[in-house]
Amino acid sequence: MTHHLPVLLVVVPLVAAPIAALVNRPRISWAVAVVATLWTLYAALGLLSETMAVGAIHYELGGWVAPYGIEYVVDPVNAWVMVIVALIGALVTPYARRSVEHEISEDRIPLFYAAFILCLTGLLGIAITGDVFNVFVFLEISSLSAYALIALGNDRRALMASFRYLIMGSVGATFIVIGIGLMYVMTGTLNMADLANRLPEVASSRTIPVAFTFLTVGITLKLALFPLHAWLPNAYAYAPSAVTAFIASTATKVAVYLLLRFFFTVFGAAFSFDIMQLDLILIPLALIGIVTMSLVAIYQKNVKRLLAYSSIAQIGYMVLGISLASVLGLTAGILHLFNHALMKGALFMSMGCVMYRVGSVRLERMSGLGRSMPWTMAAFVVGGLSLIGVPLTVGFISKWYLVQAALEQGMWPVACVVLIGSLLALMYIWKVVEVAYFRECDPELGISEAPFSLLAPTWVLVLCNLYFGINASGGVDIATRAAEVLLGVLS
Amino acid sequence: MIDTNLVVGICLLLPLLGAFLVLIFGSRPNVRETSTLLIGGLTFWHVWGLLHHVREGVRPRLELLEIVPGLQLAFEVEPLGLLFALVASFLWIVTTLYAIGYMRGHHEENQTRFFFFFAIAIAGAMGVAFSANLFTLFAFYEVLTLCTFPLVTHHQTDEARKAGRVYLGILLTTSVVFQLLAIIWIWQLAGTVNFTEGGILAGTGSNGVLSVILVLFVFGVGKAAIMPFHRWLPAAMVAPTPVSALLHAVAVVKAGVFTVLKVAVYVFGIDLLSTLAATTWLAWIAAATIILGSLIAFQKDNLKARLAYSTISQLSYIVLGALLANEWGVIGGGMHIAMHAFGKITLFFAAGAVLVAAHEKDISRMHGLGRTMPITFGAFFLGSLSIIGLPPAGGSWSKWFLGMGTLEAGQVGLLAVLMLSSLLGLYYLLEVPVKAFFFRPTNDADRGKGIKEAPLPSLIAIGITALATVGFFFWPDLWHELMTMVVSGAAQ
Repeated sequence: MTHHLPVLLVVVPLVAAPIAALVNRPRISWAVAVVATLWTLYAALGLLSETMAVGAIHYELGGWVAPYGIEYVVDPVNAWVMVIVALIGALVTPYARRSVEHEISEDRIPLFYAAFILCLTGLLGIAITGDVFNVFVFLEISSLSAYALIALGNDRRALMASFRYLIMGSVGATFIVIGIGLMYVMTGTLNMADLANRLPEVASSRTIPVAFTFLTVGITLKLALFPLHAWLPNAYAYAPSAVTAFIASTATKVAVYLLLRFFFTVFGAAFSFDIMQLDLILIPLALIGIVTMSLVAIYQKNVKRLLAYSSIAQIGYMVLGISLASVLGLTAGILHLFNHALMKGALFMSMGCVMYRVGSVRLERMSGLGRSMPWTMAAFVVGGLSLIGVPLTVGFISKWYLVQAALEQGMWPVACVVLIGSLLALMYIWKVVEVAYFRECDPELGISEAPFSLLAPTWVLVLCNLYFGINASGGVDIATRAAEVLLGVLS
Repeated sequence: MIDTNLVVGICLLLPLLGAFLVLIFGSRPNVRETSTLLIGGLTFWHVWGLLHHVREGVRPRLELLEIVPGLQLAFEVEPLGLLFALVASFLWIVTTLYAIGYMRGHHEENQTRFFFFFAIAIAGAMGVAFSANLFTLFAFYEVLTLCTFPLVTHHQTDEARKAGRVYLGILLTTSVVFQLLAIIWIWQLAGTVNFTEGGILAGTGSNGVLSVILVLFVFGVGKAAIMPFHRWLPAAMVAPTPVSALLHAVAVVKAGVFTVLKVAVYVFGIDLLSTLAATTWLAWIAAATIILGSLIAFQKDNLKARLAYSTISQLSYIVLGALLANEWGVIGGGMHIAMHAFGKITLFFAAGAVLVAAHEKDISRMHGLGRTMPITFGAFFLGSLSIIGLPPAGGSWSKWFLGMGTLEAGQVGLLAVLMLSSLLGLYYLLEVPVKAFFFRPTNDADRGKGIKEAPLPSLIAIGITALATVGFFFWPDLWHELMTMVVSGAAQ
């Protein structure tokens, strides 16, 4: 069975999704989701440890030899991303049970879990496949289910947010498929490895730079790089809490992975950065994104929206690391994929706890929560410290590598912007802390601590923030290997 | 016999254990405070035990784990760190004793939280003191910043919230933007961030680059309160007095100046430091802080505010000592960590005692209080002498060495600054006991009635630190010996 692990990783949740819908009982659908997500975590961890031991794993779907058939390829880069997605999935599902019962009407819950598992399937599929058209298919699976999940939010604005995401997401996906089509016209292949071999021959044509541009815009739209981020804040703010926690920690990460895959594996770093000079556009955008979006976050009144803007800023860090196009920079970016998933997961989940008890995550409703919900707010504080990048949390590790990567290339102003970004993060996090700890709560509201089933997954993520901040060697190892694979240093 | 390397770990873990005991016994104040005192005693005893090994030239070392390849969370005991650890662990006991009287006498709320974060702060200070590399130091430096935030904002009022903003804002801004940048830069240049005798930076970069790093460090250590990054200290005055003692004497500012000294000696190395272009003008910025701090202190009527500016001024003595870049300056700076700690804690204890017993904050309203509170104001007098640097108090030794350092460096102007600041100190500190003892009480009808000395535990604490300042005049050997080891090791 271990031989078939790559395909089972995707097939098991793909089958689980209709089952969850068909059983049509909230609790049983939930149980199906738990089993499916635990399976994907197991499979993803298995694939990661195998690829770290033996190198790239190739799996030919239905025995059709690549490049004729679809091929799944597992290397440290996507194994890492799959672990992130599966880990967050496995933590959000147990969390979702009570949170979803609270926020979504009962008859829709089985459909919710079906969409949730489908979204997970899509994200894992994008990561594992070695075929560019297959990427597009899974991208649509994950996006369509994400639109549905966001629309389930009980705020009426969720519908509008979902619709907006649908429009922008479809534009992005269309751009991507146009890029893929143009590449196919020029090379006649859809297999990534094969494309990488054939593209250099036709790179001097005008079509390939156009394909490259379409892909760049499409992917950066999907990963919400400033200034293509407009769909994100409302989608995160009004989606059900569990959905926000899941999508915020995974969907943009997978889009960043696509960026890595296309620009480094398919086009190659030399073409992307030396000929197309991608860094000239991405670095400024990342820096502007870090500063402006953090500033916007400071002025938000809705904490989920605040965290959403913070996410856009954090995506800037990842893109910045990647655009430096050095082993150190890529390591920083790839590390931050994981680290940001941990901290944003913890933060959004703690906000879900607040939503569960208070019914709102607006700042003015959070007065005195430090006393009435001590564990929830402590989780928020630790997650926030990690976001700021205090030492002994994962956020520090990201910052350490990112600043190092910038200094390595003599870009000390970039290093300064990264550090100033930390201070802006301090400002918006502390705004929430002050409201929660320095204002009196209204005892008549009778707000009590969130239930255990919400707190436990939240705190697992919080502890991950601390654990991987103190013992980061493993993660750095994998990220460095992934960076070397992408830059072709190893092969 | 326990392995000496393990003792280092014990010194770090004991305060944490103390913190958890505080939580467990939260509802029983007597057990809670007794356990803190016991743990404090044990901690000091273990730190003291390390002294013997350090004298023999042993450098106990504990490597916890490797955070990322090459970057360790590791501890090593060397004389300068030991000096700081001795001061911090001893004053923890005394401050706890004082806090028992103060917090109860002043009917403070949330005392369990107070003692909990206090113990965590001590653990942070121990981590800073024993850190074996810049990363470990930075990590514990930030731990110290964060765990003192709930102490500074103890009252949870609007004023406390604002003070907390300034406190956290300045300390985190300077440390994250300047200090961290400098640390990563050093890592880039030297490939290591370990503290090494003689420094690690010699020959790694041009004079200009190393100067920039030095500037980043001196301003990046916000806890050393070099102007213009000093505002957090006066802001933090809203906290209860034992917290002020913790900030000004036991841990926080001392962690700052300790960092500056440690970086000067073990990262740059005295020899390299003396050749850098930035050293001299940074020394003059420290000198400016010394004078300006004294001048502002001069104008403050609120006693705690005056003491806060006095601290800002005195901290720059230590920074200046480091920047003189010679053995005299480093010895004087290091000794001044201990001398200033004992002197300043006495002053704060006395100020707090006046607040608890007489409910007075302003110097102009303390006329004649010395007659009803002789022990408190007597201790204040001794503490003042030590800060000013007059015999028979310990501060005279550190100032002596600092003065020698300025001459050694050929900076007579700096010597004049030191003298001038002492003269100012003479006035603004001694004004308090003089008014208390020799001026007539102001004629408020109800005043003076029922005022008596502070609660007994507080009084004992004041007595211990005041006597210590005098004791260090006659027996400064311990501090001097430790600092001599620092410079002789560095000169090798």
